[in-house]
Amino acid sequence: MGAQRIIYMDHSATTFVKPGVLEAMIPYFTEHFGNPSSIYGIARYSKKAIDTARVQTAKAVGADPDEIYFTSGGSESDNWAIKGVALANRKRGNHIITTQIEHHAVLQTCQFLEKEGFEVTYLPVDQYGLVNPVDLEKAITDKTILVSVMYANNEIGTIEPIVELGAIARKHKVYFHTDAVQAIGNIPIDVKSQNIDLLSLSAHKFYGPKGVGALYIKKGVRIENLIHGGGQERKRRAGTENIAGIVGLGKAIELATADIPGHNATIKAMRDRLIKGVLEKIPNSRLNGHPEKRLPGNFNVSFEFIEGESMLLWLDDEGVCASTGSACTSGSLEPSHVLLATGLPIEISHGSLRLTLGDANREGDVDFVLDILPKVVQKLRDMSPLYQKSGKEGGCNV
Amino acid sequence: MYSDTVMDHFKNPRNVGDIENPDGIGEVGNPVCGDIMKIFLKIENNVVVDAKFKTFGCGAAIASSSMATELVRGKTLEEAWELSNKAVAEALDGLPPIKMHCSVLAEEGIHNAINDYRKKQGLLPWVEKNPHSHDHTEDLTCDH
Repeated sequence: MGAQRIIYMDHSATTFVKPGVLEAMIPYFTEHFGNPSSIYGIARYSKKAIDTARVQTAKAVGADPDEIYFTSGGSESDNWAIKGVALANRKRGNHIITTQIEHHAVLQTCQFLEKEGFEVTYLPVDQYGLVNPVDLEKAITDKTILVSVMYANNEIGTIEPIVELGAIARKHKVYFHTDAVQAIGNIPIDVKSQNIDLLSLSAHKFYGPKGVGALYIKKGVRIENLIHGGGQERKRRAGTENIAGIVGLGKAIELATADIPGHNATIKAMRDRLIKGVLEKIPNSRLNGHPEKRLPGNFNVSFEFIEGESMLLWLDDEGVCASTGSACTSGSLEPSHVLLATGLPIEISHGSLRLTLGDANREGDVDFVLDILPKVVQKLRDMSPLYQKSGKEGGCNV
Repeated sequence: MYSDTVMDHFKNPRNVGDIENPDGIGEVGNPVCGDIMKIFLKIENNVVVDAKFKTFGCGAAIASSSMATELVRGKTLEEAWELSNKAVAEALDGLPPIKMHCSVLAEEGIHNAINDYRKKQGLLPWVEKNPHSHDHTEDLTCDH
């Protein structure tokens, strides 16, 4: 690595822990380490800390504290919501509706349930990654027990019409789950007015620690447990609580939702300058996702004639942390299921790059990327036989 | 994930570009799969006097093209034909298992370029001893 500094533009992958969050957590590793299930004084500190975090989390999403259940993160919350509702309601029906662009924690959970006899409809999306509420309504049958649609997509940042989709599910008396892992801190969430029955969130996406998340379960929702054992989390999620993590989640979500419009304005200004600059400076590039209905920090772009991993390697060499929807990085050799669902040609999806801005970024980072990225793309295009073949001004003819 | 040699050949690729009036051209891969290699050879008196490439692909694909063109320069056509994908990968101090198909592409690119030359000379193309194109067990060749 020849880089002197790190420019972190991968906030959708994970975020750093804010100093105030870490500070709040530390006493629960050292002094207040007691098991909240125990009866003595130091254990009561732990229990009280969890109660506080539960109130903070509930307030951030408009829920009641006793509707918040702490988990090990977004994947567990998604697994619990979907498997738990499926198993508890199988007498009512065996049909689940989700979308083609969900996170793998949702998609693979649904695929698992298909093997267990459930039927799953994967709704398509339009070119911007939006789910059409009409499609949802058409897909609901008298066997449908659950609809699961992500609040905002992790790859292309598209924000789904959750309120509308939730209203349709409610009208048909079907539970509505949303994976809001990318949305917390970026979109104001109010589960009551937004027709949400179950909501997954994960602390490390909003400047909290990894390994801790939560599932909101509306009172009265019929759901089986996922983790069996002790009586923690009001007998719904066994396992000694990750106290420091839960404290961190509570503090982080409080900070992340304190001033969403102010936070978004700063991030979005940098992101918009980056989008405009990149699209202007680099020909044969296109924005993926919706131009307006997108997460404030998300920029997903495809460059024709080049492949994403080689772009990431050069960016890494310059100290820029980014990700790609191309095959080679994930080890699957298949490009992003999200980009393909938007109808992006497979060969162009190989040349995609995701830059997600957040609190680690400053205006200077945007300048740096705007300087480096066109050079990286040109260097790779100069050695690409596709670039030569299609002519420098032409489109991709392959 | 990559060896220093792979990173060196990725960052400082040898022999990038094309040859004017090449004696043999080999193009392999598919944009749908995310990698295409184009190999250009200049051949004099049955010897590869120049080899160049253009590649669309990941770091391993670019490094494999660079190494393969290095390895065939100065070789007789018979020697160049014997260059195996394993030899390319070994010269790069190894490739991750999922990237071995990149070295396969390099071998096939060289072979195609040699046979292109042979056809232009009115000679019968040499036959692949170990065709890789349908071998999905050893490497993860793209199905498209």
